[in-house]
Amino acid sequence: MTVFEYAPAPESREIARLKPHYGIFVDGRFSDGRGEAIKTINPATEEPLTEVAEASADDVDDAVTAARQAFEPWAALPGSVRAKYLFRIARAMQERARELAVLESLDNGKPIRESRDVDVPTAAAHFFYYAGWADKLGYAGFGPQPRPIGVAGQVIPWNFPLLMAAWKIAPALATGNTVVLKPAETTPLTAITLAEIIAECDLPPGVVNVLPGGPAVGQAIVDHPGIDKIAFTGSTSVGKMIQRSVAASGKRVSLELGGKAANIVFDDAPLDQAVEGIVNGIFFNQGHVCCAGSRLLVQESIHDELIGALHHRLRTLRLGDPLDKNTDIGAINSAAQLARIRELADSGVAEGAERWSPDCALPDRGFWFPPTLFTGVSQANRIAREEIFGPVLSVLTFRTPAEAVEKANNTPYGLSAGIWTEKGSRILWMANRLRAGVVWANTFNRFDPSSPFGGYKESGFGREGGRHGLAAYLESENYLAR
Amino acid sequence: MTATLRPGPLAELARDDSSLRRFLHGLSGVDQVGAEGRAAMLATRSIKTTAKAWAIDAAIGMVDLTTLEGSDTPGKVRSLCAKAMRPDPSDAGVPAVAAVCVYPDLVETAVRALAGSRVQVASVATAFPSGRAALATKLVDVAEAVAAGASEIDMVIDRGAFLAGRYGQVFDEIAAVKQACGSAHLKVILETGELVTLDNVRRASWLALLAGGDFIKTSTGKVSPAATPPVALVMLQAVRDFADRTGELRGVKLAGGIRSAKEAVRYLVMVNEVAGQAWLRPEAFRFGASSLLNDLLQQRHKLATGAYDGPDYVTVD
Repeated sequence: MTVFEYAPAPESREIARLKPHYGIFVDGRFSDGRGEAIKTINPATEEPLTEVAEASADDVDDAVTAARQAFEPWAALPGSVRAKYLFRIARAMQERARELAVLESLDNGKPIRESRDVDVPTAAAHFFYYAGWADKLGYAGFGPQPRPIGVAGQVIPWNFPLLMAAWKIAPALATGNTVVLKPAETTPLTAITLAEIIAECDLPPGVVNVLPGGPAVGQAIVDHPGIDKIAFTGSTSVGKMIQRSVAASGKRVSLELGGKAANIVFDDAPLDQAVEGIVNGIFFNQGHVCCAGSRLLVQESIHDELIGALHHRLRTLRLGDPLDKNTDIGAINSAAQLARIRELADSGVAEGAERWSPDCALPDRGFWFPPTLFTGVSQANRIAREEIFGPVLSVLTFRTPAEAVEKANNTPYGLSAGIWTEKGSRILWMANRLRAGVVWANTFNRFDPSSPFGGYKESGFGREGGRHGLAAYLESENYLAR
Repeated sequence: MTATLRPGPLAELARDDSSLRRFLHGLSGVDQVGAEGRAAMLATRSIKTTAKAWAIDAAIGMVDLTTLEGSDTPGKVRSLCAKAMRPDPSDAGVPAVAAVCVYPDLVETAVRALAGSRVQVASVATAFPSGRAALATKLVDVAEAVAAGASEIDMVIDRGAFLAGRYGQVFDEIAAVKQACGSAHLKVILETGELVTLDNVRRASWLALLAGGDFIKTSTGKVSPAATPPVALVMLQAVRDFADRTGELRGVKLAGGIRSAKEAVRYLVMVNEVAGQAWLRPEAFRFGASSLLNDLLQQRHKLATGAYDGPDYVTVD
């Protein structure tokens, strides 16, 4: 019997101000796209949320033309004026934070606690951060007068729809580029609402264009000759396709792709905090996180103790209605993703790993997967090698720091890694040897606009965030004056 | 040494200073940033309607209603006891608090005033709040409180000895006080505001549990900071881990600085999710407080009627 039963505490869905119909945003105007009109659904209930008129290839053409025309005047504005627009967008996002959070949770299935406390504030922080750079680009280390690249085509994933839009748009605008952005097919609503905010902030028409749509729209953006740079966040397979498409086209590319991060726990780790870090590493956003700590590498001597502590902790996770403020684990974003998670989890069982989940009732409708632990996993198992992109943790063991490094690096990916130890010198020793773009020490999945993020190997290239994030949108310019 | 633990590896630890040190320093460290983050996350739980009503009544039943002032008088203590038995004169449905907590010389007054009720009498002892006295003096302090009828003793540890690394001395004092308590329950005040680091809080918690404390308690209320969410988190983890290893359920008391019902409800969430629901009862969890009770009563009334009433609708004692 539960002694302390938390009463439902749902955020009202009215706050999302859901409209019956959404379209595209091109050249400062909202209109229906000429592509297919699709129904978007709430992954927690499978009920239709609203209708979106998607973009067509012609719409891509119009958007690129608008962005081209807007480019030179936008780039010619003093940095301080571009900063003013970005600050304005950041403040407007804060003002509409609740609306954006509820909308994100409805469309994506993530818990309101995450969209409210992480996605929306971090997205606004990104605009604030890059607004600050806009008038200081000459001091950023790219020469005295670095120039923007031109029109950026940006394609973003469904796991952090608004946050990824912010990661893409803010640095591009700060550096004087214009953008054509395609949100993911299953989660277009917050990006379109961000377009509304941008329109309300009086940005010159064409500087930002938002084109909801599927893979065909993405391909049309990638292939469009009027685009100078492609920025993509998504799967490694699509990333490879993009690279093939733009080969020899002269387009610049930055890719932020998949991951299979090792979260490495030594026997001298702060154990309770490590448990939190492991939970946050893999169950944050249902594991729909490219940098998720999906491989737990635990020193063999503390394996049983740590697994016991994880069982204890996982039993307290609350799975259910994403809009309930006490929900820890929300819905899987789509039927397709749920099928992929199930397939990989089944392969784990078939390959001999031991599967465990806490007792937790899954709702009857919608897409759900319980938090799942696999122990007895070996490096050769698919669940240790392939990105699952779901709430599934594979536990492996190691004996020495060198073995931990070797196993952590033994993956085609290299986006992130975590180290848990109270020994500072070991953190530095490990961090120098891990081939991952982000290494967290005694924490995991912490994001800050000032910190560069990006991958090694098949996790992609280019960095987003921080001063480094400017490089993806600038031509370095050096000259010698006599 | 008087180890109250059942014979076994844990009881062996108290053999000498160095084996205690090895054990306490071998406990997993506490990462301050992570502990603060976890406490902050738990504070975002939204406790409404029926859950809030349950939590407020549970919290009232866990209060050690406290007065520890130089100016305490028998009259003041009697008035507090009346409030403890029936916190809201207008509503008999409000549960009584867990205990009244006073200085040793006022125990007798409290025992008489509370006769026939289930409210316990707790007494601070051992040269409270500083603990700076000879062990013999501390034991006399305890013995007198127990003789006067206290069923719970709130002792302070020797923070100086703890910080100097004389763990054996701290252990022995707690064990001696436990013996002097007889059947009275012993709460061991760590004074976490003077221990400062969370590593120290964890070590002191284990030291007090190993030495036989029935409860570990944050603070005297005379030092700031007193109870804080990260400190409560670490102490709740300690009793949870202790129960996992020994099967013995020991309690936690948070004291000092908890004034609002909102904070109390947040702490109950923490108890629930960190230690577990076995701790959600007055035998295993307490709030040491004076003004908290009135805020709990006001919130209870607000929940029942939908309107706040002013401070004059709860009693001032």
